[in-house]
Amino acid sequence: MIYLKIFLANFIANILGYGGGPATIPLLEHEVVHRYGWYTVNEYSEMVALGNGLPGPIATKLAGFIGYDQGGILGAAIGLFASVAPSIILLLVLLRILLKYKNSPKVKKLTQYVRPAIAVLLGVMTYNFFFNSYESSGITHTIILVVAGYLALERLKISPVFVVAGALIYGAVFLG
Amino acid sequence: MKTQIDLFIAFFRSGMLGFGGGMSAIPLMQREVVGTFKWMDDDEFSDLLALANTLPGPINTKLSGYIGYRVAGFKGMLTALIATTVPTIILMIILLTALNAYKDTPWVQGMAKGAIPIAAVMIGVMAWDFIRVSKNAMGWVSTLGIAVLSVVAMQVFHIHPAIVVAVLIVAALLYRERSRQVEKE
Repeated sequence: MIYLKIFLANFIANILGYGGGPATIPLLEHEVVHRYGWYTVNEYSEMVALGNGLPGPIATKLAGFIGYDQGGILGAAIGLFASVAPSIILLLVLLRILLKYKNSPKVKKLTQYVRPAIAVLLGVMTYNFFFNSYESSGITHTIILVVAGYLALERLKISPVFVVAGALIYGAVFLG
Repeated sequence: MKTQIDLFIAFFRSGMLGFGGGMSAIPLMQREVVGTFKWMDDDEFSDLLALANTLPGPINTKLSGYIGYRVAGFKGMLTALIATTVPTIILMIILLTALNAYKDTPWVQGMAKGAIPIAAVMIGVMAWDFIRVSKNAMGWVSTLGIAVLSVVAMQVFHIHPAIVVAVLIVAALLYRERSRQVEKE
């Protein structure tokens, strides 16, 4: 039952994704790469890079694309629903309660406790992407792209659209 | 109808101009919601942002969904959500489908290889952001403590990350402020 799998993969990744869209990236990877085997790590990293090069929230872009890829338009709708509906329903239902307890340490601890675990997941993912790039493109190209990508994104603050486009062109020319 | 169109414009613009996902679109959204359309004031917006951050899931859609609901009920919520997510999903589907159609040609395979290190940089930067924010909120000891426990659980014992996160949520809910209780006694 592909629709149920699409729903569950996105539901689990988003309902546990404390820290917004980025937190769901490694959680979703676990579902679609490791549990259901729909994609390889390389394919998933390509999706993440392209997704980040396009505007808009990342979690819903991944949900929509994976849903479409695995189950057509209906699959995309189910993926999108599973990623956004639970958190909005929670917000609508809990807003009053949260307003009352917004300074409560428990509410703050919730996000605080989960954050380092998400950081670990993102860290492991970084390592996997780096290692896969080393295996498929060699250490020289990998280091050139990582260093140039980091400088462009973080130091020069160049928009991800251009950085991703640059990396695609570099790949087409030197790695094809 | 005018309201629905306004909602669509506000969230379409802030979605399509927000690159890099998540937080990068927040200031754009604030400009539309507070500045252009005056659906709420700055204080209310930052309160909403803080509260939405205590819940899981994508932050953009939580905000647009809630604001849409407050402005124009259930229909408003749908309009805001569609405007935030659907156009960018269509872009994503077009781009990746086009690339997949040529995935046997060497240059598209090269493009895919070129994207991986950039994804590594992006995810690596996010990982560091999470560590930094966490350190600022509760110090190095707790941050590294939870991080090391998570590494051991997930990498050594291969426990599913969902279970690790769920356990941390339960731990946070069971947390009691010991120091304050001591003061009272």
